[in-house]
Amino acid sequence: MSSSKTIAIVDYGVGNLNSVKKAFDHLGVDVVVTTEPEAIATAAKIILPGVGHFSALSGLDNTGLREAVLRAANAGTPLLGICLGMQWLFDGSDEAPEFAGAGILPGRCRPFPASVKSPHVGWNSLAVLSSTRLLRGVAPDSFVYYTHSFQAPVVAATSATTEYGQPFSAVVEQENIFGVQFHPEKSSDVGLRILRNFCESAL
Amino acid sequence: MLTKRIIACLDVDNGRVVKGVQFVNLRDAGDPADCALAHAAAGADEIVLLDITATSGNRNTMLDVVSCTARDLFIPFTVGGGIRELSDAAAVFDAGADKIAINSAAVKDPSLITKIAARFGSQAVVVAIDARRRERESEKSYDKTFEVYVAGGRTATGRDALVWAREAAECGAGEILLTSMDRDGTQAGFDCELVRTIADAVSIPVIASGGAGSPQHFIDVFDINKGRADAALAASIFHFGLENIAQLKSELRAANVPVRWPC
Repeated sequence: MSSSKTIAIVDYGVGNLNSVKKAFDHLGVDVVVTTEPEAIATAAKIILPGVGHFSALSGLDNTGLREAVLRAANAGTPLLGICLGMQWLFDGSDEAPEFAGAGILPGRCRPFPASVKSPHVGWNSLAVLSSTRLLRGVAPDSFVYYTHSFQAPVVAATSATTEYGQPFSAVVEQENIFGVQFHPEKSSDVGLRILRNFCESAL
Repeated sequence: MLTKRIIACLDVDNGRVVKGVQFVNLRDAGDPADCALAHAAAGADEIVLLDITATSGNRNTMLDVVSCTARDLFIPFTVGGGIRELSDAAAVFDAGADKIAINSAAVKDPSLITKIAARFGSQAVVVAIDARRRERESEKSYDKTFEVYVAGGRTATGRDALVWAREAAECGAGEILLTSMDRDGTQAGFDCELVRTIADAVSIPVIASGGAGSPQHFIDVFDINKGRADAALAASIFHFGLENIAQLKSELRAANVPVRWPC
């Protein structure tokens, strides 16, 4: 069931969405996990999670979910992409060049430089560039939990970076579009604060 | 900077913690959820819960434990023990785990790794490897190999740990949880040679387990010239005079090991 007051978590068939939902439950925020484009169209805010390979996002393409998310985002509905969901906001990824990202943010996701092991797994620190709505109350060098093999470029919308071989986009924010490369639902109090900031952010 | 992870491990038998990092002032030291939250509050970077229940008839008890433990835990949470097929893994994820650990079942059928990774992502699949030295410690290091054991360390497989770790990674494992059977329970230190052998062979993270007896052992296993581990499992730090993981991390910080701090 969804209403205009609900935050919709987009379920496109890959990954375990329980952890994300559980974090919102803990915050006392109503969320619904949905596979329905209609529920996304009426949602107050949208969470686009994602794990694994960029090609997993093909689950958005064949189900009407891609259009529903893009339409809502264009209409101003706040959208938070998490991990692969953040990468989707960009033009695409070298991980699966045949699948298009949303193209809301410029640039492509690329592998890490050969100087570091991949994937990047564990707790790494944020370097906050600008204290945006998402990062309100978050200490500038906070640690967050990552697990990913590809990285998004640093762009104008980047409000925090993390260094692994080179700096990449850790947090992006542009009008109603938000993204985090790390897993806020697994990043202890810092992550919960970021999710709460997203819930409370007004446009 | 990417930090070295300290992972608290809870061995759970019939729904109760029977071995694990112990806590003073814990309301119920045997309750997995209480233990996990206490570790998280004290700075554990992750929680691993291993179901060591001998009988297979208690899956529902275990799923209840996973569910209760996951409810208020917001750091990565891995569950291992008794996962034989995709549906077992799915049930554990449904109950709230972020990652599953598989051991014997993966050795028996490596495609299980691929199946779980395809559905839940590689980051959710930890392959646990129990390894024992084939050669005696006095021999030259490049002659040393390590053999994989299954069934809780009871059955030798004849397989080489390095070869198996590589295959597991190729099948889609996201991390390797590597236990030295020679060192497990000895408090003589991690087997840095084993850890480094595997860490150099795969690009996925290697979690060292078995033998921790002092903070120096953690410093060694993370050392680029020694163990090269990405993470280490803390099973019983209480035994070497520390009250919690924050104290361990404090010692690691003093030795310039990058750790998440404050935690």
